[in-house]
Amino acid sequence: MSKLETAPVIPDEVRNRYEAVIGLEVHVQLLARSKIFCACSTRFGDPPNSNTCPVCLGLPGALPVLNREAVTMAMKAAMALNCTINPRSRFARKNYFYPDLPKGYQISQYDEPLSEHGWIDIEVEGKSKRIGITRVHLEEDAGKSLHEGFPDSNEKSYIDLNRTGVPLIEIVSEPDLRSPGEAYEYLTRLKTIMLYLEVSDCNMEEGSLRVDANVSVRPVGASALGTKTEVKNLNSFRFLQKALAYEIERQIEIVDRGAEITQETRLYDSREGRTYGMRSKEFAHDYRYFPEPDLLPLVITDMWRDDVRRSMPELPEVRRQRFMRDYALAAYDAAQLTASKALADYFEDIVKASAQPKLAANWVLGELAYLLKEAGKEIEKSPVRAANLAGLLQLIEQETVSGKMGKDILAAMFSSGKTAREVMSSQGLEQINDTEKIAAVAREIISANPKQVEQYRSGKTATFGWFVGQLMKATRGQANPQLVQDVLKKELAG
Amino acid sequence: MLVELTQLTITGIRDSLTRKQTSAEELVQAHLAQIEMRDAEVHAYLWHSPERALAQARRIDQMIAAGEELPPLAGVPTAVKDVILTKGSPTTCASRILENYTAPYDATAVKRLEAAGACILGKTNCDEFAMGSSTENSGFGPTHNPLDLTRVPGGSSGGSGAAVAANMATVALGSDTGGSIRQPASFCNVVGMMGTYGRVSRYGLVAFASSLDHIGPFGRSVRDVALVLQTIAGRDPMDSTSADVPVADYAAALDRDVSGLTVGVPKEYFTGLNPEIGDNIQKGIDLFAKLGCKIESITLPHTDYAIGCYYIICTAEASSNLARYDGVRYGFRSPEYDGLRDMYRQTRDHGFGAEVKRRIMLGTYVLSSGYYDAYYLKAQKVRTLVARDFVEAFDEVDVIVVPTSPIPPFKLGEKLDDPLQMYLADIYTVTASLAGIPGISVPCGKMKSDPRLPVGMQIFAKHFDETVLLQAAHAFEKSGGFDMG
Repeated sequence: MSKLETAPVIPDEVRNRYEAVIGLEVHVQLLARSKIFCACSTRFGDPPNSNTCPVCLGLPGALPVLNREAVTMAMKAAMALNCTINPRSRFARKNYFYPDLPKGYQISQYDEPLSEHGWIDIEVEGKSKRIGITRVHLEEDAGKSLHEGFPDSNEKSYIDLNRTGVPLIEIVSEPDLRSPGEAYEYLTRLKTIMLYLEVSDCNMEEGSLRVDANVSVRPVGASALGTKTEVKNLNSFRFLQKALAYEIERQIEIVDRGAEITQETRLYDSREGRTYGMRSKEFAHDYRYFPEPDLLPLVITDMWRDDVRRSMPELPEVRRQRFMRDYALAAYDAAQLTASKALADYFEDIVKASAQPKLAANWVLGELAYLLKEAGKEIEKSPVRAANLAGLLQLIEQETVSGKMGKDILAAMFSSGKTAREVMSSQGLEQINDTEKIAAVAREIISANPKQVEQYRSGKTATFGWFVGQLMKATRGQANPQLVQDVLKKELAG
Repeated sequence: MLVELTQLTITGIRDSLTRKQTSAEELVQAHLAQIEMRDAEVHAYLWHSPERALAQARRIDQMIAAGEELPPLAGVPTAVKDVILTKGSPTTCASRILENYTAPYDATAVKRLEAAGACILGKTNCDEFAMGSSTENSGFGPTHNPLDLTRVPGGSSGGSGAAVAANMATVALGSDTGGSIRQPASFCNVVGMMGTYGRVSRYGLVAFASSLDHIGPFGRSVRDVALVLQTIAGRDPMDSTSADVPVADYAAALDRDVSGLTVGVPKEYFTGLNPEIGDNIQKGIDLFAKLGCKIESITLPHTDYAIGCYYIICTAEASSNLARYDGVRYGFRSPEYDGLRDMYRQTRDHGFGAEVKRRIMLGTYVLSSGYYDAYYLKAQKVRTLVARDFVEAFDEVDVIVVPTSPIPPFKLGEKLDDPLQMYLADIYTVTASLAGIPGISVPCGKMKSDPRLPVGMQIFAKHFDETVLLQAAHAFEKSGGFDMG
């Protein structure tokens, strides 16, 4: 690490004269059951070095055999990113020494990748912007070096090779991104697509989604690119934005005073909120790529490609439009609901259980989203299952439950995992639809409050709301609100 | 009696076993005794596996006692080059860096041999990681040529060639990257063959240059070589480069008439070789003519570029294949080092021999940025041209006959300090390796002048035409070609 650098402070008028140019290299771990070149399991969290064999351990004499499932998943991803699938691609060896790289080289793809020339559209300030995808290629993951957390970590590093050979795709974007916000949008979009495809869980904490950024700055209007740095260690969406913001400021400050940017790899330190240059000598790799002689060229037949194309699931954009069309949802609601596959699936499960779509959208995006956020939970972990929320919404539609009661019931369902009916019977929250029961309560209130009755009858109709409130209070909110209105009007009319 | 047992061919062994003239255990014991007697001076073997061989022999003997049908290689005493994995035994590639390495699994070829009844006697010496042409680059001392102990047995599979030549095994497995089976077969006066690239699975063969590496057999007769090859050949799901091409019964087809075959003789292989070797090869060609073959002079115009091209490609691949020997997970680790980088440096400096380090450096250089196009890429293009030469030649001819080596077996130490001279010993063998075609070396008499050193003749055929290649070799053997001159 270089010496601590002071965080640059740039006046707006300087900043505005420059434009950032960002390209992202995203590694996505595929959810294939076995590793890319052997039959070992890809399961995360198993005891160290338990999912290994001579092939992924790189033992002498072992040879790689390509896993077709990984290729199919990579093709799905490439197609969803509008890439052209190359009918013939090649694996190549990327040579470097590292203890968690057992063969001394990584099998990747180099000058003949699986797919190229794609794009995705992102929303930038309400407008659509197209971001180019240079390539999507297949490669194997390396193992993990564990430098911390052991009693003798001060003198030893441990190596876990369970991850070695887990299939990855690398998605390289064109340098089309112009701000940390755009980079964030792009990555979000990418993640959504991968989750829709079910080719990756995109879990950043477990490392199944990893991002490196190439960053440079240039004067606004210039067409030549500035010298870039590669920023690594961006292990959350938030850090990506922060690191990019920092790096852009740092570069503008340097360029603006007429100095040169050093082309280098920089590490983001999330605690310090800065990027640091890595000693270039140590990382000046010549990877000596050459075609992998142990594997035949990867040939994608038309039939294989077409099979994969036919198996493509509905992608977010198409689903959003279908939600607007089929469920008459507003554009905003449809976009919100399709932002994640899990949420969209949850919503559709409710609708399929015969709830009214608009009502379902309101509850999913409103009350349920609020409860999830409060609990810090994702929709996948919602304690209220879609079928149970559908049950509650049916009760609301039938007016067995009022909207207000519904919120309380949902909260109880959320904390207990019970169905609406179970919550209601355990709390005695069933709606009162018996007109005579409500009328009896109304008469009690009327006889106990002659002054208010007088006011109402003398034309001060605003008092009506007070009566409603009293009645709801007396019935602990269980009275059917519509019946309450009718009954009160009748009773007050005398 | 014991001496006779060690001289048997596979067919002879089968006869003796089925007629109950001998037992598989006796056969193995006879070979162990022969090893005991001869190997102190030859040093063909690095490690012995008598328990494994005897256990297999007893299984075979039980089958015989039970009257069961015997597998094709039942009881055949077999040696395996130490670059091929044999589960539970040392597999060191004759390198100090793997001195204490025990193979955790069997190579596919070894599995297939044992399934066919072969008895694995042990692991044979070779040049370290199969890099060399004399077996002097072994980390555990050289092998001596059993025909003349002052001379090398060739290499890199010199131990396998010597073991078969000295009757310390009936057959042996070797590996051939640029001539490493054919050249020692020639030097040891035995038969050695490399099938088409992809014919035999490389799973469990420690990689030197993956796009050129082959496993192949040594034997004292063409039939033995054919029987071993057809046992180990065929598609293996563990090796993506193994070919899904049916394996013919080579042995059954051996006796087919070769008259009418066209034998190509490329002029490029007859300049700059020892004239006495040239004489013998010419006699060999004349013998084919006598057998009714049509002899045709052909040209393989890119032959001159083959050796340079070969040494670029094989060193490039070796530099990457040998990266895994880094002292981190298995094998030798330097006891003294200062940090990770120094551990790599010390381990590889002390673990590898000079020739291996030379090739790693050459290979690293030709792949490095700025040199890749000029060397590696250019070499790949030359390789395509060399291969095309053969494709065009095989439009005209059925087999091609050339010398195996331009020089006879040389003295130990003679070329050790001149790597370039050593590389040139492969000049007639690397072409078939680059083209991926099958090649066999058969004995072709002895040189006229004393000390009457053996001469080897190569026969090439087109991709997956092992049958015709073996037929030609067998016809040559039957007509006394091995002993002529």
